[in-house]
Amino acid sequence: MALIKDVDYGTPIRRTEKAVTLTIDGQPVTVPDGTSVMAAAMMLGTEIPKLCATDSLEPFGSCRLCLIEIEGRRGTPASCTTPAEEGMVVHTQTDRLARLRRGVMELYISDHPLDCLTCSANGDCELQDMAGKVGLRDVRYGYDGENHLKAPKDESNPYFTFEDSKCIVCSRCVRACEEVQGTFALTIQGRGFDSRVSPGGMDFFSSECVSCGACVQACPTATLNEKSVIEFGTPEHSVITTCAYCGVGCSFKAEMKGSKVVRMVPYKDGKANEGHSCVKGRFAWGYATHRDRITKPMIRERITDPWREVSWQEAIGHAASEFRRIQSKYGRDSIGGITSSRCTNEETFLVQKLVRAAFGNNNVDTCARVCHSPTGYGLKTTLGTSAGTHDFASVDHADVIIVIGANPTDGHPVFASRMKRRLREGARLIVIDPRRIDLVRSPHIEADYHLPLKPGTNVAMMNAIAHVIVTEGLVDEEYVRERCELDAFESWARFIADDRHAPESVEDLTGVRASDVRAAARLYATGGNAAIYYGLGVTEHSQGSTMVMGMANIAMATGNIGKPGCGVNPLRGQNNVQGSCDMGSFPHEFSGYRHVSDDATRQMFETFWGVHLLNEPGLRIPNMLDEAVSGSFKALYIQGEDIAQSDPDTQHVTAGLKGMEFVVIQDIFLNETAKYAHVFLPGSSFLEKDGTFTNAERRINRVRKVMPPLGGLADWEVTVALSNALGYPMHYTHPSEIMDEIASLTPTFAGVSYAKLDQLGSVQWPCNEAAPAGTPMMHVDRFVRGKGRFMMTDFVPTEERTGPRFPLILTTGRILSQYNVGAQTRRTENSRWHEEDVLEIHPFDAESRGIVDGDLVSLESRSGDIALRAQISERMQPGIVYTTFHHAKTGANVITTDYSDWATNCPEYKVTAVQVRRTNRQSDWQARFYEEDLALKRIDARADAAE
Amino acid sequence: MPRFGEWDQRRARAIIAAHASLEGPVLPILHALLDEFGHIPDEAIALVASELNLSRAEIHGTVSFYHDFRRRPAGRHVLKLCRAEACQSMNGPRIARSLLHELAIDWGETTPDGALTVEGVYCLGLCACAPSALYDGEPIGRIDRDRLDGIVREARGT
Ligand code: SF4
Ligand code: SF4
Ligand code: SF4
Ligand code: FES
Ligand code: FES
Repeated sequence: MALIKDVDYGTPIRRTEKAVTLTIDGQPVTVPDGTSVMAAAMMLGTEIPKLCATDSLEPFGSCRLCLIEIEGRRGTPASCTTPAEEGMVVHTQTDRLARLRRGVMELYISDHPLDCLTCSANGDCELQDMAGKVGLRDVRYGYDGENHLKAPKDESNPYFTFEDSKCIVCSRCVRACEEVQGTFALTIQGRGFDSRVSPGGMDFFSSECVSCGACVQACPTATLNEKSVIEFGTPEHSVITTCAYCGVGCSFKAEMKGSKVVRMVPYKDGKANEGHSCVKGRFAWGYATHRDRITKPMIRERITDPWREVSWQEAIGHAASEFRRIQSKYGRDSIGGITSSRCTNEETFLVQKLVRAAFGNNNVDTCARVCHSPTGYGLKTTLGTSAGTHDFASVDHADVIIVIGANPTDGHPVFASRMKRRLREGARLIVIDPRRIDLVRSPHIEADYHLPLKPGTNVAMMNAIAHVIVTEGLVDEEYVRERCELDAFESWARFIADDRHAPESVEDLTGVRASDVRAAARLYATGGNAAIYYGLGVTEHSQGSTMVMGMANIAMATGNIGKPGCGVNPLRGQNNVQGSCDMGSFPHEFSGYRHVSDDATRQMFETFWGVHLLNEPGLRIPNMLDEAVSGSFKALYIQGEDIAQSDPDTQHVTAGLKGMEFVVIQDIFLNETAKYAHVFLPGSSFLEKDGTFTNAERRINRVRKVMPPLGGLADWEVTVALSNALGYPMHYTHPSEIMDEIASLTPTFAGVSYAKLDQLGSVQWPCNEAAPAGTPMMHVDRFVRGKGRFMMTDFVPTEERTGPRFPLILTTGRILSQYNVGAQTRRTENSRWHEEDVLEIHPFDAESRGIVDGDLVSLESRSGDIALRAQISERMQPGIVYTTFHHAKTGANVITTDYSDWATNCPEYKVTAVQVRRTNRQSDWQARFYEEDLALKRIDARADAAE
Repeated sequence: MPRFGEWDQRRARAIIAAHASLEGPVLPILHALLDEFGHIPDEAIALVASELNLSRAEIHGTVSFYHDFRRRPAGRHVLKLCRAEACQSMNGPRIARSLLHELAIDWGETTPDGALTVEGVYCLGLCACAPSALYDGEPIGRIDRDRLDGIVREARGT
């Protein structure tokens, strides 16, 4: 294996129809119109020396190194800014050019430290390469003129350094921050000789920088360099893999030294990210080898006992015999399993197979239950498939974008950068969110309409928008006639036209001005290609499924599905939410969303697996917990999930877990749920195994092993061992064989194989005979279910109400630097950006309670209370408070209730009635948490205990 | 008696609003703020950025590009030394360095007693009598250490 070096064409590849043919150094080449001479030369394999150009950025023409001669023209133009023209005859190597280039290099080098041998970028520096290419031998100017060699180094960012003395002021970083990331955190400060790169006249950590790494990636020198490279030296080989954080699913090159990761570099050929990254995937991977990793299997009799390390064999054998004992005592259905959206498709598939085939019941569920289950339900009912309609690239064609209940710049940063680029190009934006998220207004981006609705009124809002579309004659009638069920449309149109849905009628309910709603609805319906992107602010409500159907309704009514730049697109929280749902993790569905009662499907599985399968759905997570409390559900196998932190109403979850006789946790850390477990099986991080993740655009990306599993077994191997011990043998030697089984049992995956993924890089399902290379956009000529189906979407207010005792509404979310329950990001330097969860509260609500910024406050709901610090914020509207759930000790989910979506039980995280008051102490729950944290996490006889 | 008003967020907001609809409003706004407050404090950069929906870094870039936009209140007197080519070739840099060294300040800084601010400029159009300078708005040609020492004495009132 070698280091993969991406080809750099110097300027972006143009995608134009028209082609031009020119001659470069005697060789003809045909390129798309608009291609630079520099890129055209590179297509022939001719690398023209360059410093300020790189193909992720528009050409700039400042370094004057890339000069060329063009026959019939005077002078020596820069090849990066000169477009190729028909019939042009170009020379890239002449004596004159060589002289000029050498002169340019001399100037650069006269103000550059000559410490190549000890420089962290030695061997990975374009300045060095170019000095070699132009044959620099001598610097006539000497090195003692005025220079910047003593400029101080900025090491404030935890992941990269800025070593000003090595900067050649090529502006690549500044442009990367603007064009690629869209943050505009860098500038060239001063002028003339004093021009220096600066994050706004302060250090990087204090600046607007969000640490995405795009500038580091673009820098041709060691000026911006990863600290890990400075520490370990340059890598020697790389492996293409997929980020294990969010549902964007960015491709990365894991750049390695042996089995040590030196850095993660976003991969240009990655279709989801096209060479971009965010602070999590790019830098926050250190948790994988954190000393908190548990690498030895452990068991204990009671949860109050300390853990005892044992062999794999003993742990697996014990787990299997306990499961069987409990089944024989309490019945077949007294046990179940939970799959994880953090694990690979293959691992998820195996866990549900183990439950259905080895446990012999359908008690399998997934954490996607608590986030996107309404997406599955809503989109399947209306359009026919449980997935987003479009690929990310489609946003490049959107003219109007609606963002609902999502905060892409924090939750899905790489996609947000792409969306922001489109917005800077002029697309219009509507944000429907209680909070003033960054997209509402941040440098160079401004929403045309922000509809700051009260949490819990999504459906009323969507109905109002639909009402305007229908009553103002904005329906695309031809589209509806051709592609949708007419009866259903007509009854829906009658329903929605009713006055009770008018923006004016729901103004008090939603708190949003009717005129804004009307204007936004008109813009959506008439502004060209219109795309909807949404997140958990849609699904995690008692009417989550209704809302998803409401969005599908307006997209169908305006003809905004099936062509580029449109669609209804969920932004998935975790890396493999889509995949875990696809893989049959729900109690009622086999892989590919086929109901367990469907005889033909079930028989196919029965034949393949050689067992009898139940035709009745099993228990969902909330049901398992309820039945555990009531005493009939007794044992659980949990892979890679932390339900004691991530699921709502923590005290109910822990009561359920405590009610079980036997809990097996498979995880990389001793997480919150493990406090209630009896067997701990060490899991493996994404760096330690092969597999696939499926991102929010249905893209199946390869995850590749770069180091051996720290605990000795990859997660799929653990499930295989457990199944074998349960007496249901599984025979896989590699995850590719599991994928082969998935493909042969799942029509939408029929064409997927590791060989194809290696060849194409990734594919988007459906991938089968009809679409051998996958399906970037769904529902193109017809809906998957045939005709699109409009659904009634009556607004039913949540039962969670504010009142005198709990007058405020709490809604929850996440921030850029932390990820979900924080198990990984808290174990990285990312915590420097977010040390604790805080409660955002509007100045008005704070003042009336005598709360000032930074005060410890108690946050209380009907479920429980916690204490945390207040942050006064005008992002909130009065009456609404906000927090994140990244830190276990905060216990934000102690507060949330167990209300949930009517169709799917997806919990209502986004609406909880609360009261806030000043306090000077931790809550009782938190005090107990600290006690239990000590009591239930003890480990005996750890070999490294003495360290 | 301060020549300029203290920083005042409301006043600044009004000044920005008055110019915000101009094509390319950043420079006119910065000049207006400079006229009002005598310098461009950090608060001004943050405020201009947020009002115009630009990044702070962008405003910082513009402010730092033009030497007029001083970031701290100036001293009671301002001496601008030319740093452009003609003056460079006539020993300007050496004279400047030795003056700054003696005052123990850097370009753009003010002496601790608040008497004198020394700033660089790029060509005063006085190349014929380089090296040249501007003292409280008055051009001075053929400067040398002696003349500068005189200016420093005058500024300090000693
Ligand atoms: S890391 Fe990203 S946000 Fe920060 S300066 Fe570089 S490009 Fe800009
Ligand atoms: S920091 Fe790197 S990319 Fe930025 S101007 Fe300097 S050399 Fe170029
Ligand atoms: S955007 Fe998501 S997938 Fe991409 S690097 Fe960030 S966390 Fe990873
Ligand atoms: S690469 Fe063309 S001018 Fe720098
Ligand atoms: S160069 Fe100094 S005045 Fe022109």
